[in-house]
Amino acid sequence: MSAIPEGTRETMRSIRAAAIGAVTMSLALAASACGGGSSSGGGSNDSPKTLTYWASNQGASIAVDKKVLQPELDKFEKQTGIKVKVEVVPWSDLLNRILTATTSGQGPDVLNIGNTWSASLQATGALLPWDAKNFAKIGGKDRFVDSALGSTGAEGKDPAAVPLYSMAYALYYNKEIFADAGISKPPATWDELVADGKKIKAKGKSPLGAEGSSLAENIHHVFVFAKQHGADFFTADGKPDFTNDGVVTAVKQYVDLMAKDKVIPTGNAEYAQNQSVSDFAKGKQAMLLWQSAASNLKSQGMSDSSYGIAPVPVQSGTPGTGTQVNSMVAGINLAVFKNTDNLDGATKFVKFMTGDAEQKVLNTAYSSIPPVKAAQTDSTFNSPSNAVLKDTLAKSAAALPQVADESQFETAVGTAVKDLFADAAAGRAVTTDSVKAKLEKAQQQMPAK
Amino acid sequence: MTTTSLKEPLRGSSSGAAAREPRRRRTGRIRRIGLPYLLLLPALLLELLVHLVPMVIGIVMSFKELTQFYIRDWGTAPWSGLGNYKVSVDFDAPVGQALLHSFYVTVGFTLLSVGLCWLIGTAAAVYMQDTFRGRGLLRALFLVPYALPVYTAVITWVFMFQHDNGLVNHVLHDQLHLTGKPSFWLIGDNSFYALLTVSVWKGWPFAFLIVMAGLQNIPRELYEAAALDGAGMWQQIRRITLPSLRPVNQVLVLVLFLWTFNDFNTPFVLFGKAAPEAADLISVHIYQASFVTWNFGTGSAMSVLLLLFLLVVTGVYLVLTSRGRRSADV
Repeated sequence: MSAIPEGTRETMRSIRAAAIGAVTMSLALAASACGGGSSSGGGSNDSPKTLTYWASNQGASIAVDKKVLQPELDKFEKQTGIKVKVEVVPWSDLLNRILTATTSGQGPDVLNIGNTWSASLQATGALLPWDAKNFAKIGGKDRFVDSALGSTGAEGKDPAAVPLYSMAYALYYNKEIFADAGISKPPATWDELVADGKKIKAKGKSPLGAEGSSLAENIHHVFVFAKQHGADFFTADGKPDFTNDGVVTAVKQYVDLMAKDKVIPTGNAEYAQNQSVSDFAKGKQAMLLWQSAASNLKSQGMSDSSYGIAPVPVQSGTPGTGTQVNSMVAGINLAVFKNTDNLDGATKFVKFMTGDAEQKVLNTAYSSIPPVKAAQTDSTFNSPSNAVLKDTLAKSAAALPQVADESQFETAVGTAVKDLFADAAAGRAVTTDSVKAKLEKAQQQMPAK
Repeated sequence: MTTTSLKEPLRGSSSGAAAREPRRRRTGRIRRIGLPYLLLLPALLLELLVHLVPMVIGIVMSFKELTQFYIRDWGTAPWSGLGNYKVSVDFDAPVGQALLHSFYVTVGFTLLSVGLCWLIGTAAAVYMQDTFRGRGLLRALFLVPYALPVYTAVITWVFMFQHDNGLVNHVLHDQLHLTGKPSFWLIGDNSFYALLTVSVWKGWPFAFLIVMAGLQNIPRELYEAAALDGAGMWQQIRRITLPSLRPVNQVLVLVLFLWTFNDFNTPFVLFGKAAPEAADLISVHIYQASFVTWNFGTGSAMSVLLLLFLLVVTGVYLVLTSRGRRSADV
């Protein structure tokens, strides 16, 4: 035993080393597991030199966004000495990432949120409330446009975020296809749109695009149709009310664009990856209902001059164009994560991003409208296409319900509309009863109060 | 005599080092016995960390009313007792009904998928038993679906299943004229078959691999003897191959069952957050119940129910198959 051969001793030594390594690693794992998830506290200034920023995907791709944002973040670093680490999070992941961050308390310092999520996220308490004191640090609440402020959280509560980019839906139409079909002006009502659709189909093109499997797109459209029928998805005291006659008529009218009027091709029922934007950019489809699509179309190779932009159609008769709601208040809000360890830096960053100069740069890059009054008046935002969007936002856009259940509503009703599109695509009848049944099911999935 | 003969070699070996020896030997033995445990420790801790701790937390969550109002600080979420379970199994109410529907879909899907995977895998393995030119190449080719990353593979299927430009419709409709008009595969009722196709495509190479390995252990002489006795190929498969593969199949079917029943990636990548009713597998259903509606309490309760179901099925399966084997051994 005493005379262990050199080789064996070597092996034993390496086994011992391995064992020590194993124990160390286990301890490290255990320690890091215990160390995580301290979600107490409401922000500090422990690391004043860095910020983490989750940006939403606004450009045609994540790479485009990085290219747009990086120079601005460098500017911020030069001004304040704070380094901003940006991560552009795709839309499919953003809400889940925010939920995970909320649950674990480990998240970014500053983040973009879809403005329709404001009230839902506000209810979790994960975001810094923008009370008068906080607003004062970024120049005051009255710097922002009212319509944009209407989508920052539940009424009567301090906003959960501040508006960053504003967008509105518009009708994009291909000038060449319209001319070929002998249509002289874009449709102002749904009846006109359906009539024009027949002429366009006769020329072998598809009239209108839709993202039938995208829950968010479905919601945005049926919300507007409901408003046009004077209906709401929630009662005044915030209870889901999906089966009232106005809502049923609205949802049926939207799905009927495929089922009955046949202006949306059945293939669009399975679209959810913005295929309808590509179809439009490639000249396969005459019309597109989209929010601030200009930069996206450009990146897909469609020149500005080949398409026109008009307000989204409304119902025929009174009150008609300009007064009837024809878009949601679409947009992105900027929020500060309550658990930030650089509260002052985060506030400075929000001030920077909502400053007049940055607002001009960023909103130009993303073809959106600045929610900041001073920036909005800049001549850049007076082009004909921006004029339509600005006008819509100012006069005929409505905010999606600012209730805590908003995210659940988007999923439940969005899925119902997706299923109805699937029925229409399969050639099954879409009736008032079938619409109502789907909406009833959606309502039953909503959290019980 | 016996004592000396036992002690003799020991004494002989420790002759050089006198009194310190026994102690060192003891620590040596402890070290030798302890080493495996020491080396297992990281795996054990990781297992605790990755599987058991989340499982326990999940079970705790299922008794809480963990909605969006409480996720920031779980401690404040009120206890709901069996409330979440009551909602989940109340089959007269919409939530329970939907869960039950999803359960039926999953059971049907799993039975078909496991059955087909096993059948195709076994058939391929049996046919590939004899050596022939290109066997190695074919074997490698068969394993490709299993080797591909799930996401990449399934997203390719999504492209192929597209209504307008998909390969499947191009072949079935445009070239073979089997359907009157292009079918939808990713929405509506056909989605079940789309899901089944991808699942079988992805799963059968595993069955093939395992059965192929199992076949290597069957002595060739058995077949030769059977052939001499006049047994045909079908009889050889029934009388020799299948009985010999029994222990392999027992594990294979169980593993395939658990994987298929719990499969999340395939339906999620194929259909996204809201799966069509016809293909509403339980894992995605639970994901939607918790993540999309932000009600993690109900989602956890459903997960616990699923866990219990799978435990029961696995338990019953193991008892039945091992009893069968024991009686076969006797």
